[in-house]
Formats: sequence, C-alpha cells, structure tokens
Amino acid sequence: MGSSGERDAVVALMIDYVHLIDEDRLEEWVELFTVDCTYKILSRENVDAGYPLELLSCHNKGMLRDRVVSLREANLYNLHTDKHVLGMVRTNQESDGVWTAQANFSVYQSTLDGETDLFAVGTYRDRVVFDDGRPLFAEKIVVNDTFAVARMLSTPI
Amino acid sequence: MPTAMSLEWPTDDFSRIPFAAYLDEDIYVEEQERIFRGPVWSYLALEAEIPNTGDFITTYVGDTPVLVNRQRDGQVSAFVNRCMHRGSMLKRECRGNATMHTCLYHQWAYDLTGQLRAVPFAKGHMGRGGLPPDFDIKSVKLTSMRVESYRGVLFGTFSDETEPLVDYLGDNVRAELDRVFNRPISLLGYQRQRILGNWKLYNDNVRDPNHGALLHMFHATFGLYRPTQRGGVKMDDRHRHNISYSMMGTSDDDADAEAFAGTKKVFDKGFRLEDPSMLQYDKEYPDDVSLTILSIFPNMVMQQITNSLCTRQIQTRGPGELELYWTYFGYTDDDEKMTQHRLNQANLVGPGGLISMEDGEAVEMVHRAVKREQNEHGIVEIGGKGEIADHDYLVTEIPIRGFWSYYYELMGIEAEQAA
Repeated sequence: MGSSGERDAVVALMIDYVHLIDEDRLEEWVELFTVDCTYKILSRENVDAGYPLELLSCHNKGMLRDRVVSLREANLYNLHTDKHVLGMVRTNQESDGVWTAQANFSVYQSTLDGETDLFAVGTYRDRVVFDDGRPLFAEKIVVNDTFAVARMLSTPI
Repeated sequence: MPTAMSLEWPTDDFSRIPFAAYLDEDIYVEEQERIFRGPVWSYLALEAEIPNTGDFITTYVGDTPVLVNRQRDGQVSAFVNRCMHRGSMLKRECRGNATMHTCLYHQWAYDLTGQLRAVPFAKGHMGRGGLPPDFDIKSVKLTSMRVESYRGVLFGTFSDETEPLVDYLGDNVRAELDRVFNRPISLLGYQRQRILGNWKLYNDNVRDPNHGALLHMFHATFGLYRPTQRGGVKMDDRHRHNISYSMMGTSDDDADAEAFAGTKKVFDKGFRLEDPSMLQYDKEYPDDVSLTILSIFPNMVMQQITNSLCTRQIQTRGPGELELYWTYFGYTDDDEKMTQHRLNQANLVGPGGLISMEDGEAVEMVHRAVKREQNEHGIVEIGGKGEIADHDYLVTEIPIRGFWSYYYELMGIEAEQAA
C-alpha cells in the first residue's frame, strides 16, 4: 500500500469508529483496536492542569471488551442514540505503517422522546498502526472539552 | 408560597419525605439561607490543592461562588467570589496563583486576606472625581467565611453560630478522615458531572447502602459490593453525617444468588472480566473495610472504593440541577504502580464509572417523575422505622432518615410547629 493509500485507510478507520458507535455496534467497534491498545477519554480540565486522571481508560483490548459487556449486561444508563460529527482529519506519517491523526468531533445524544442535546465536543488524538495491511488504533486519546459531563458517560464518545 | 415548614411530614421518624421538598423554588431559596449560609460546615477543597502562598481555587457553596486561597501566613481563607464595589465576579479561573485579587471590571485590588488595598483613580484626575475623602479603603473587605481544616480537608461556614469543626464532624467521621487522610496526599485530577435533579436526592443516594447492589449491578456482579457482605452504617450523634462501609469477599455466591432471586437483575456467577486488575484491592488500612462512602452534611462525600479515593462536592444549581465535583487523590508515597492502579480503578466511579454512572440516572428519574406528585411522599422504611441508630447490616436506608432529621431542624420546622 502506498502512503496515500495508507492515509485513506487511516481516515476510513476514524470514520468507522464514529459510525460503529452511532449504530450501537460496539462489539465490532472493539475490533478497531490493537490487542495492547490504549484508549482514554480525558477531561480538558485535567489535561490543561497537568493531572493524569482520565474520565475513562482502557489499557488493552480486553478492558475495552469489559466496558462493552458491562454496558450490555450490568449498567443502567440513560437510553439514547448517539450521533457523531467528525471534523476534517489531520494526518502525519510517523514511520512505515505508523500514523498519527487528529480530528475534532461533536456528539449529539437523542433521548427516547426524540429530544437532542449536544453531549460533547473535543479532539481525537490517534495513533494508527497497520497489521497485515489493516489499520488499527494503537492509541486513541479523546480530549473532551465538555468535561462537565451531562448526566453520565455511558457509551463511548 | 409553600415552604419546608408548610409541607406535610406525616411521620415523626422521617420515614415519609414530601416530594415538594425536592422541587419547590421557595424551599430551595430558603435552603441557601438556612443551610448553606447557616450553622453548618461546607466542604470547600483539599489543602493539597493550594499548597503555596497565593494558590487559589474557585468553587461553590450551595450556589454561592466562593474563592479559597492560601495567605502569606500559611492560613487558608475563603470569600464570596465577588467584588465589594459593584458585585463583579473576582476570579473566573478554576485555580491558579495570585499575589492580589484584582477585579477586572474597575481594578479594585484585594490582598489574600480579602482586604481592599487599592482603588485606581482614588483621588480622581486633576483633583476632580474619584472617591469621596471620607471613603475608608481599610473598611472594605471581601465577605469572608470562617475556614477550618481537619486532616487537610477544608471546610467553611458563613455563620458565627457554627460549632467547632471537630464537634460538627463527631468521633465517627473524624475517625474515618483520620483513616484515609493518614499521610500526605497527592492529587490525581478532577471529574465533573451535571445531574438534572435536586441536591438532596443525591444526599439520599449516598446514604442508601441498600441501592448499592440493586442499581449498580457491576458492583454485585463482580463482588465489589453486595448487601450480603459484612458491613454497616455509622453516623454522628445528630445523624446528619453517615459512613457506610463493607468488606469484600465476606459473602458467598450461593447466598448472594438466593438474595438476588426475583430481582430480575443479572446475577450470573459466570461473568468474569477479561482484565480483572480493576477489581483488585491492595489492602492499605489496618482494617478489612474495602468500601467506604462517607457523607458529610450538607455537601461532601468521600469514597474509598478499594484503592480509588476521592471527595465529591455537591454544588447546587437551583432546585432541579446539581454538579458533582470529584477530586481524586492518592498518597505522596505511592509508587508508579500504585498510582496507575488508582487511575485504573477511577474507571469504577465518576460520570463514566462502571459502578456509579447509574446514580445520575436514578436522581433524574425521581426528579422527573415526582413533578406533579408534590403532595405525595417517598417511603423510607428499609432497615427499620423509629429510632435512628448505627447498625451492622447493609440492607438499610436508615441514614436517609438521619439526613432529613437534621434538615428538618435547620429549616426551622420543629420551631414552627411548636409555635
């Protein structure tokens, strides 16, 4: 795969990420990550103040799966649908088959009664690697500007 | 105009709570005066957040904006976060360091004790304008709170009547703070959660060990907390504060399965986490307690959920909204591995917490449903009626009645009925 082909694949991965969440296909969403991935949702407040605390963190794919199983089986949360709007993606090739990518996003949540609120605005800071030609997130850092979280952070953003 | 006094309290043991108490705007205003400006100690911050001279944080006591800073003499002071001139908010930042607090609007400058030090153009220009000659700058001070610290936890009060902090907390609460704040802490960061419900619904929630494993199935499923474990509740003499505590691994799966039968909730012995590191408790106190929820009237919660430690501050935003402000910490002598473990376990709580995310939903579900049921009452009888006292079982909501007994007193309800 040439470098522009790889770039397209990185962008397509970021697009898949938001659509799989919005379509509630979280089990498939987990498959976008490497086995030893890092996934973090950070509060901009902590990022700016230099504190390490996350809003949500997973240090491997197993923990991501645990999150999904917990949502499906154990957690009770505000039933809603998500809609992501993904901004233009800025990419950078770090080395052969290793890319960083950054894009802004917004997430709207709609209730069972059809009322919609803006739930979060932020930035994805991603590191994507290619495994056998397939792009995967080695790292996905979600910096959440809307760190005063409305209600709760149940489904991933 | 309904007030807390005119609500119907049909039982004298607080086993019936009038829903209007959660909803009424006039009652909310009265609470700000009688409770948050009244003879209570409100949680402000941790001393570790403002270690150096001039360090400040801004927060809310009820819905009053408050500025907390460390003075040159090392003492901590707290003020209403507003300029005495025209009422503008003095500090907009959440935290920082300052030698003076200078209002943006007209540059009135206050020192760290809240004393007005300088007013620009005090003598006007060319002998005209400015402050009148009899204006005494020394007489202007920020509206201050009395501040006391216990084990590095900062509390403030607006009332001269408030008893000393050590007495307000009482033996049980002090012992719990002694236990957790036994050595210097280091801050890990903050989380915030906005909940569309009344601030007292959250106070009820944290005084209700019964809901812990019914609402929070993650808890029960993975055994972090089950009502069948050894544990109980401890209050202060006035029953306004509460400590719910329990010990992991003190129940067995069969007894639990029986206890949960009929709840229609998932209780599957087969569930295992792929990465169970989050459930691990590295015992760090002399006792076997693995879960503690300490609630201090009116606005503080401190939790120990295995190795996850934090304070939660309840800020009010009107009768129908609250913000929870979570401050996570470890100890300065934690090694890298322990810090990572605490961060990992932070996944259990907070707005995205595997355990606690449901609390926001529970509060909102109640708040929405009782809107037109203001003359009706909630039932608080789990654990027993009548006397409010400490007990060593977890299927209880008795501490909720403790909260309301003190609320009732502060809101002047007894006095009114006697008259």
